[in-house]
Formats: sequence, structure tokens, C-alpha cells
Amino acid sequence: MASKGSFRVLVYDLEAGRGDYETFGNRAEILGGSGLAAALFEAHRIPDAPALDPRQPLIFAIGPLTGCFPLMSKAICAFASPYHGQYAETHGGGRLALAMRFAHIDALVVRGRAAKPSCLVAGIRRLQLHDCHPLWGMDVFATGKQLRRMFRFGEGHRSILRIGPAGENGVAYASVNVDTYRHFGRLGAGAIMGSRNLKAIVIDGGSSLPTPPGRDYRKLYKKCYDEVTGPDLMRKYHDLGTAENLAKLNAISALPWDNMKRTRDDAIDGVSGERFAKDQLLRQTACAGCPVGCIHVGLMRERFGEQHEYLYRQVSYDYEPIFAAGTMLGLTDAAKVLTLIDEIERQGLDVMSAGVALGWATEALERGDVGEAETIAALRFGDLEGYMQAVGHLAARANPFYRSLGQGTLVAAKEYGGEDYACVLGQEMAGYATGEAFFVSQALGLRHSHLDSAGYTLDQQGDRVSVEDAVDFLIEDERKRVLLTSMAACLFARSAYPEDRLAEALAVMGYDDIAGNLGPASRKVQALRWRVRFASGFEPDAVTIPKRFREVRNARGPIDTAYLGDLRQAYQQAITGLAA
Amino acid sequence: MAKILRAARMERCIGCESCSQACARLVHDLVSWSLTGIRINSAGGISTGFEARVCVACDPAPCAEACPTGAFYPRPGGGVRVKEELCIDCGDCARACPYDAVALDPETNHPYVCTHCALCVAFCPHDCLEMADLDAFRGREAAHG
Repeated sequence: MASKGSFRVLVYDLEAGRGDYETFGNRAEILGGSGLAAALFEAHRIPDAPALDPRQPLIFAIGPLTGCFPLMSKAICAFASPYHGQYAETHGGGRLALAMRFAHIDALVVRGRAAKPSCLVAGIRRLQLHDCHPLWGMDVFATGKQLRRMFRFGEGHRSILRIGPAGENGVAYASVNVDTYRHFGRLGAGAIMGSRNLKAIVIDGGSSLPTPPGRDYRKLYKKCYDEVTGPDLMRKYHDLGTAENLAKLNAISALPWDNMKRTRDDAIDGVSGERFAKDQLLRQTACAGCPVGCIHVGLMRERFGEQHEYLYRQVSYDYEPIFAAGTMLGLTDAAKVLTLIDEIERQGLDVMSAGVALGWATEALERGDVGEAETIAALRFGDLEGYMQAVGHLAARANPFYRSLGQGTLVAAKEYGGEDYACVLGQEMAGYATGEAFFVSQALGLRHSHLDSAGYTLDQQGDRVSVEDAVDFLIEDERKRVLLTSMAACLFARSAYPEDRLAEALAVMGYDDIAGNLGPASRKVQALRWRVRFASGFEPDAVTIPKRFREVRNARGPIDTAYLGDLRQAYQQAITGLAA
Repeated sequence: MAKILRAARMERCIGCESCSQACARLVHDLVSWSLTGIRINSAGGISTGFEARVCVACDPAPCAEACPTGAFYPRPGGGVRVKEELCIDCGDCARACPYDAVALDPETNHPYVCTHCALCVAFCPHDCLEMADLDAFRGREAAHG
């Protein structure tokens, strides 16, 4: 069991095939989740060694409220990214957070390289490294089925993480699949697992914690539960889900189409959230510990034989995958988008990165910067077949072009030409052509993610605010998010857990010292994360915002390039100051 | 008239574990998703949907018959009640249950079973659970049988 003051961390060495439970850190200072992951990275990283060096740590962490309140359902994964060689953090749901909580593992640190393709199993009275070499080469879904057969314990109360061919082959944006429908998607955690011969991780969470004495915990849980299952607070996440943003962003000319050559298209009705709900939605499902149920699973029925032979696929969708594997590639049919998402997931690639990379490759082929000798497949916007083939080539790193593209769109663009139209902001863009604040916040955000701060919201709030106000907003919004992800909450819970509610929750769980110190502690964790990021080699000056972003024209008009430059400089100064 | 918990509409279940956590929190003073009277499992991966492992109110109950100390004893109308202070954590109840409805703590071997108290019902966001009138329920089954 973890103490109230420190964390219980399992440090596992794949080379030695053994692990140790260690006591680590001070909860009042690093909180947990994002803060714990950054502190562990700082403690375990090997300076100046490359990301794929097996001595570098691969970290999974949860927070003090994990499993104790609704939507406290995320785990944080941290590592040195094979994409940019620096500190990276990515968040995943599924059952992992609760499995770790009920295995009494606040964090797992994996080091070393296994001699054979292996599966690490950890839990109550379990810590084993299993040879699973026959699974090497299997796709994500086949691997999941085999793992469920291999390990018969803990059904329903375990989490299964696995990689596909992309991770095995070291694609720099290979993802880790978490319990089928969730992922550690971005910046290449899958390639880290692959480089360590770690095909899968199973966490078995069969234990419990005592509830705090008295009735306060029960009362507060019910209050939170009633709020998040009420008619209003979380409706947008459950109803159409994040896919509702497709029509909204298209309407304000902020939805990238065809490698962001344009940001609005009348064909939106074929891929809108409403269309997916009407034609494809099979059901919703949830991460363990979250009654909202935001995971929208689409059903795809596909005829494969002449005598009425059909197969079906269940594919989870959200705004970002529909943007990346849909509008960005000119696909205007919901079923085709699901087909492509399914294939990308199967290969173990991050959907956002892979879709945006293929969007660039399509335009590069159109312009003649590359030829079909490079792309192998005939890539054309709107043509599913070419993309289905290309996904396989990308995961297999089939030739020098795909090896380069698999290292990142900008890497390929530098080699083949076409940097101007590479839709990359630190990593492949998220689907918001909203304006300067988002472009800066992703390009220079700690995770290069739309989830770092709400730059896209600022862009949509009418007239541009002053650069100073914009930076203040982004930094403060990041701090609030860091506090949540240190707990480790789902970021969809932003409205459910304002700071005073988090303090109340921590207090009833017995963390009074943390509850009374959330402002200063979250600022410290925010600074810690930036310190770790810079120490790992982050150079904000080196980040480019390609020309394509400056050419965007949306409902607010053209991009204000002077404002973009000023905001970038000011934000850069602010994060550099935070890290100092 | 005795009522029993029925996981009647599990095709609506999203796997959120709110019911199992409610049982642990409100009945057993635990934060847990597995040491509870109702456990939610997927039937072979999350793509297959969810099922509830919960007492089906046998009458007589084989778990009570197997209990060597009387800690599990018959509940009027089916299923069992539990005298925690008598339990010796032998696990015979779980082995006797044909429906895998008794959970055992992997650390202590202590059993957890649904006693049809209804506290979990309010924590299902999709109305999967209900308290059913036992006689009416079984009468309906007989009529359809």
C-alpha cells in the first residue's frame, strides 16, 4: 500500500527480468500523475543518451484521486520520445488507471531490453516477464485476443497494453493500445516498447483501499457522480461526443481538409458527428471509473464475398481521428473514415500523426515532390484504397520514403521538399485551424498537443486579445490542466473539478496537506515539467510554424502573421522563464 | 415481498464500474471495483460488451450450504445474508457458487457477495440494474418457459 506521503513505484528491469518496489517522492510537492511522471523521468533519465537507449525509462503513473472519484480515470505515460528525442508525456484511459490503483502501483518504471519479445505482468502477488515471441508481428487486435487467452486471471479488472507492427518497427509515432479503444497515442511510446522487446504489459488490479472514516467521502462522491451524470455538465461528451466539433469547426472555416489546403467543405455532412451518430454509432463505452461514456464505437459492416458474406468491425471514433483520417485526406464518407481508422489502429500507429503525415504525402505526390516510386501506393485525396495500402507501408517502414515519413512529416519534408505545406506544429497538427493562439500553443506546448492549453478556445472568442493577455491565459490554463492531470483526471472533467472541488476531494481522502496547497503545488509541477522538457533538449527556437499555417483563412479572416510572431516570442519567453 | 437485484439491461452497460464501486464504497467500506457484490466483466474484450457477475438468488443457496461457520446464511426469498464476524475466509462459498458470483480477495481470501441491498442501482447511469419482485419475476419466467 502507498503511504499518504510518498509514492509506491515498481521499477522493472527487462534485461534482468526482475523488479523492485521503491518508495519515491513527496506527494505534497509533486502531487502525482503528470508531476510524478516528470519527477520520475528526472530521476531515472540518462542525460545525453538517445531516446531508444534501453536505459531510458518508460513511465506510467496515476494520481492521488485515481479510482476514488468519477472521471479520475487516466494514466500518464512519460518517456524520451523517438520523435524528437526529448521528454514526452501522453495520457491514456481504458482500465489502466484503476488496474494500477488496485494493484497498489502508483507508478511503473520500465528499463532495459528483454532478450525476447515479452509481456510484463504485474499485480497483486504477480510480477512476471513472459516470453511471447509468437505474438511479434501480430497486429494490435490479434495480439489482444492472444493475450486474453494467455492470461486468464483478473478478467474485467486488468488492463492490457500492447503494440502493433508500427511499434515493433520503430515508427516515431507508434502508439500503445490500451484495452482496445484507448491509447497512449502521440510521440511514439509504442516505438519505445518495441525497442525494448516489450510487446505487451498486463496490470492486474484485484485489490482495494479502505474508504476514509466518516461519511464525507460517500457524500462527496455522490455529489460528483450526480453532477457528471446530470443532464448538462458532460452532455457534449456523451451525446454526439467530440465528433460534434466537425460541423462546428467547418462552419467557421477552421476544419482542415486535404492537408489543410482549405478549411471548409460542403461535404461535411458525410463525416459530421451527426452523420456518425445516425449511420455508424453502435454504442458508447467508458473508461473504468467514468460514468460519462464518451467512447463512441462505430459499427462498420463490410461485404467481403459474393454470397452475402459480411464481416463487421467496431471502431472507436472521436473528433481528432475523423479529422486526421477523414477530412485531412479528403474522405467524405463516414464508413470509409472508420475503415481507415481501423487499419491505422490495427497497425499500432497514432491516428492523428499517421493521418496528417499521409495528407502531406498526398500533396507531395500531387506536386511532384515525390513520385509513386516513393509512395508505392497511388495517394489521392478522397481515395481510401491508396491510404489503406500506405498505412501498411508506413507501419512496415517499407522503403526509404516511409522510413523517413515514419520519423515525422517534417523529417520527410526536409528530405524530399515540401516543408511549406507540412502541417506540423512540434508534431503533426491537431484539427484546429482556429488561429494564432492554437498554432503557438501546439507548436510550443509541452506535449505539442491540443490538450496542453485551450488556445483553440481563445481563437474562437471574438477579437484577438493582447499578446500579454493571451500568454497569461495559456500559461494559467496549462497550470489548471497540469493540476487535473496530476490527480490524474480526464481532461473532459475540467468543468466538474474546479480547484476548490479538487481540494475538497483530496481533503476527504486524507490528503489535507496537499488540499491546502494546490495553487503553489501546481505551479511547482508546471515548472518541473518544463524544466524536465528543456533539460531533455527542447529548443523552442528550433520549432517551426510552416507556411501553410500562415495561409489559413477562417471566419476571423486571414492569420495575423505579426500577431502570430509576437505571441510565439512572448509564449516562448514565458515557458523559458518557467523552466529556469 | 422479497426483491432481488437483477442486471436486467446489461446490453446498455458502458463498463464504467460505477455500480461495483458503489457496492464496495457503500456496503464494504472499500474503494474497489472487484471486491464487491457485483463485478462487471467484458465477455472477451471490451468489443464484446459487458456482463455482470452478481448473485442470482438461488433458493436454497449452495454457497450458504457450503459455508462451514454459518457466515453465509439463507436470505428469505433467495440468496444469502452475511455475518462477517463468523467468516473464516475459507473460500468454500465461492467454490460452491455455480455462477461465479462470490468474489474472493486475492490477498486475504475474504468473500464478497451481493445481498440484494439495492444500493448500487442508483449508481448505474444507464438503468441496467433493477430491483425485481422475486415471485413476479420467477412467475414471468415460468409463464414464458
